[in-house]
Amino acid sequence: MAARILVVDDEVAIRRLLRNTLERDGYLVSEAGTGSDALAVAAAEHPDAILLDLGLPDRDGLGLIPLLRADRRAILVVSAREATAEKVAALDLGADDYVTKPFDSEELLARLRVARRHRDAGERQTAVVDIADVVIDLDRRLVRRGGAEVHLTRKEYDVLALLARHPGRVMTHDAIIKAAWNASEDPRIEYLRIVIRNLRQKLEAPEPVGSLIANELGVGYRLRG
Amino acid sequence: MTPGGDSRPDPQALLRAAAQEGRGRLKIFLGAAPGVGKTFEMLQEAAARRREGVDVVVAIVETHGRAETEALTRGCEIIPHRLVAYEGRTLGEMDLDAVLARAPRLALVDELAHSNAPGSRHPKRYQDVEELLAAGIDVYSTVNIQHVESLNDVVAGFTRIRVRETVPDRILELAEIEVVDIPPDELIERLQAGKVYVPEEASRALGHFFSKSNLSALRELVLRRAAQAADAQMLDHVRALGVGGTWAGGERIVVAINELPGADSLVRAAKRLADALRAPWTAVFVETPRTQGFAAAEHQRLAAAITLATQLGGQIATVPATDVVSGLGAYLAEARATQLIVGKSQRSRWFELRHGSVVDRLVRTTPGVGVHVLPLERRAPARPVRRTGSWGAPSGYGWTTLMIAAVTAAATQLDHILDLGNVGMLYLLPVMAAASLFGLRTGLFAGIASSLAYNFFFLPPVGTLTISNPENVVSVVVLLGVATVTSQLTARVRAQADLAAASARTNAVLAGFLRELTALKTEDEVRRTLVAEIARLFDRATVLLASEGQGMTVQAASDAAHELGALDLAAAQWAADTASAAGRGSGTLTASEWLFQPLVGGDRVLGVLGIADRRAGDAVRADQLPLLANLIDQAALVLERFRLEADMRGLDAMRTRDRLRGALLSSVGHDLRTPLTAVIAAADQLDHGATPALIATLKAEAARLHRFVSNLLDMARVEAGALRLAIEPIDLSDAVTSAAHDARTALGGHDLRLAVPPDLPLVRADPQLLHHCLLNLLDNAGRYGDPGSPVVIEGQHRYGELRLAVLDHGPGLPPGKEALVFETFRRLEGSDRAVGGTGLGLAIVKAFAEAMGIAVEARNRDDATGAAFTLVFPAALIVREVG
Repeated sequence: MAARILVVDDEVAIRRLLRNTLERDGYLVSEAGTGSDALAVAAAEHPDAILLDLGLPDRDGLGLIPLLRADRRAILVVSAREATAEKVAALDLGADDYVTKPFDSEELLARLRVARRHRDAGERQTAVVDIADVVIDLDRRLVRRGGAEVHLTRKEYDVLALLARHPGRVMTHDAIIKAAWNASEDPRIEYLRIVIRNLRQKLEAPEPVGSLIANELGVGYRLRG
Repeated sequence: MTPGGDSRPDPQALLRAAAQEGRGRLKIFLGAAPGVGKTFEMLQEAAARRREGVDVVVAIVETHGRAETEALTRGCEIIPHRLVAYEGRTLGEMDLDAVLARAPRLALVDELAHSNAPGSRHPKRYQDVEELLAAGIDVYSTVNIQHVESLNDVVAGFTRIRVRETVPDRILELAEIEVVDIPPDELIERLQAGKVYVPEEASRALGHFFSKSNLSALRELVLRRAAQAADAQMLDHVRALGVGGTWAGGERIVVAINELPGADSLVRAAKRLADALRAPWTAVFVETPRTQGFAAAEHQRLAAAITLATQLGGQIATVPATDVVSGLGAYLAEARATQLIVGKSQRSRWFELRHGSVVDRLVRTTPGVGVHVLPLERRAPARPVRRTGSWGAPSGYGWTTLMIAAVTAAATQLDHILDLGNVGMLYLLPVMAAASLFGLRTGLFAGIASSLAYNFFFLPPVGTLTISNPENVVSVVVLLGVATVTSQLTARVRAQADLAAASARTNAVLAGFLRELTALKTEDEVRRTLVAEIARLFDRATVLLASEGQGMTVQAASDAAHELGALDLAAAQWAADTASAAGRGSGTLTASEWLFQPLVGGDRVLGVLGIADRRAGDAVRADQLPLLANLIDQAALVLERFRLEADMRGLDAMRTRDRLRGALLSSVGHDLRTPLTAVIAAADQLDHGATPALIATLKAEAARLHRFVSNLLDMARVEAGALRLAIEPIDLSDAVTSAAHDARTALGGHDLRLAVPPDLPLVRADPQLLHHCLLNLLDNAGRYGDPGSPVVIEGQHRYGELRLAVLDHGPGLPPGKEALVFETFRRLEGSDRAVGGTGLGLAIVKAFAEAMGIAVEARNRDDATGAAFTLVFPAALIVREVG
């Protein structure tokens, strides 16, 4: 059965554009123009994913995120707001990704696919993640590139594992630091940057920077997937 | 001093009119004498106003128990009196603060000339009234004509009663005046019927006061004063309208004031003459050598005369000179005065014969000036005041005696070769020496002592003080004469030298101060210098305060330890609010030990200078007041200049903004329409089938629009000062990768090469702002680089700074104008390609980069193959090695 997507946006033109894009890709589409409509439709139709605009006429979209969250339901924020603080807040509240308007339709569809896949795989935390020539075996704590084992420090592995458990999904700086550093260790973004740089050195080079681990300006990192 | 025929509105008159706006209006019920019914009249009119619905309160009214007067206050709100204990009695004073807090539309304040009990905020009730007016409260008040400052002498002249409580003329000048008049006979009847309240202790003196002739004269004064007020108000009106031509032909009045009793009456006379002629007037004090020897009482009288002249609206000048006549003459010529008022002291005929009358000499030396001579009354034993200085130092007498003894001894030794006459000549030596070294008295002493010694030791009969030969009398007389003449001459020379030195000192002080001030760069330095200089010159504690929010704050102090109490701060506040002096030595809040002088620049008070004697003496000596005023004026001028410069800068910035806004509007129109036109045209074409070329056009133009709108928003944020920095350590390879990704449409056709070493240190920056900087630099390179040429991003870390450069291949920048490309709306001139763009992009690069502390550079590549734009991260932004 085709997945159902709820599009929440007060602009009819945007809703129509998204409906066309999504239906072309084989999704079923529901629409809501206000926050309260969105809650009603979500309760009645149990959509598999929600594309959520933040600037709604009746309430702020950020506040809707916790109300719309459900297991196996991906939430993508699609907003014209580009302040990093908004993005981090949306992700912290449980959104899977954040796409700024104006958006590239193809990129939006790709992000939606990643978010849904992550939701489907959300329960099995142990797996083997395979991206390009890199294989991350989360069960055995092993990383191979082109068949050869890559030696990682403990921190490097912890960061990579966190990203690998949510492939394609943005992990905020805070979330990564919380997962990989002890509270007693004076967690600072500087250390995270150096760890990421080392990971790239070992897993990306000579490919261009960001081919495996993509940077989200001021927000965090994601593993390409 | 508007010249005749000029029809520009007189700024002074406009200012006066403007000062009235928002202030309360004052109405004065003016009477000739107590008992004419001023209070009654005032209450009646107030009652009428109350019936009209005006909010009237009785602030203070003495009904003296008269029933009909009391009846009029009934039904009207009465503010309770403030009770003050004074010398065992309880006085009821007007509660100024209560009236201000009550803020009625109209307050009734009886007896304007009343002196408040010691410890009140102001010594005089009219000052309370001024404060009410300033608070926007209308006031009705009453006053008798003998209390009017400038008429005080006139009234005292014929009534023989001098009142101490006076009201300055300026108060009457801003008031509407209603004359309360009854015929003298009727007033005398009322007095005899006991209907006039007269204080017990004054009743006898008043018996004479209420004579018919006195009352008639007083009545005439009242009517004249009221007519004059009406006249003045009409003149103000005429001048404010710029009708012009009413200024009496350039009359200028000078009054010579001195330290003698009665100087104040000269000042009042000048004020009356000035009023009559509608002319400006100046009180001049000629500073002669005698001035230095003034006793405290003389200083005080002089200060009182100067203060009075200021209160009456005159200007003040001090002229240093060797004698009064030459000083006055010089000043009159310089100021082009037309009328001179001098007092003639009642000196003995003998004195006048010897010195010649000052007045006669004045008349001779100042042709063309009308000289008014007023007799100075003898109220106090004016002269002689004993002066310690003029007797000369005791050591002088000692030295003189020694010299005479030496000459006597020498002459005795030389007796056999000198004849008597030559011995007499020898005695001239100590006489001239003593006269020139120690002054007149010591010289005379030397003359007498020499003649006695000559007589005793040499003139026959030797050993006695008798002179046998009459010829020798001549020798004695000559010795005395020489002593007198020599000492007079040297005294005059010395006095001139002293004066010249004093005057040079004053001028040097002023010139030095001004030189110092003009070299200063900031207002704060000016304030500190002013305080330090005044503290040094006057040897006084000095502070400078300025209004800040609710109260006054100290901006500079000669000594950090100065404590200002609540009373001092109140005086400072008063000085700031009213732009007039307050505190010790002024007319207001005299209990403060500080004297506060406002620094007035243009139409506002720039600060308040406080000065105090740590030894609890006078804040400033009277003769130093002009110098102090001069210094303060200079400082105020300089401060005012700073303020004007700041205003001008603000104006310039505003003009620039306006110009930019205009440029923005025109270029926004262009830059929005161009891509929109392309999008609309392409969309139309879609009807005939979508081709890849059409779709590419749509995408590129839409991206261009997007980029432009983002830039507009960014610029708006910069202009609004709404940049919020979120600084974090950034890996430049991340930043460059993101920018390259987002700029791929703008860079269509260009090959982007990244030459950023992976081991560059992290930098501290706002990731979003840095991203926008890079996007704009790449966009710019894509636009101006030759089609198909590569664009290079190059990172380098050396000499402690980190440089990130965007290089293109193209025509480069016009030589010499490289830095101009960062100006808003600057397009690349000298380029033959018409490339769209407002130039907003590069301006945003500069604004964002500088907000983060990053420098930007634009220049041509070293090999002249194109332009290079570089972001330079200084060492402070570079994160040292971590991990």
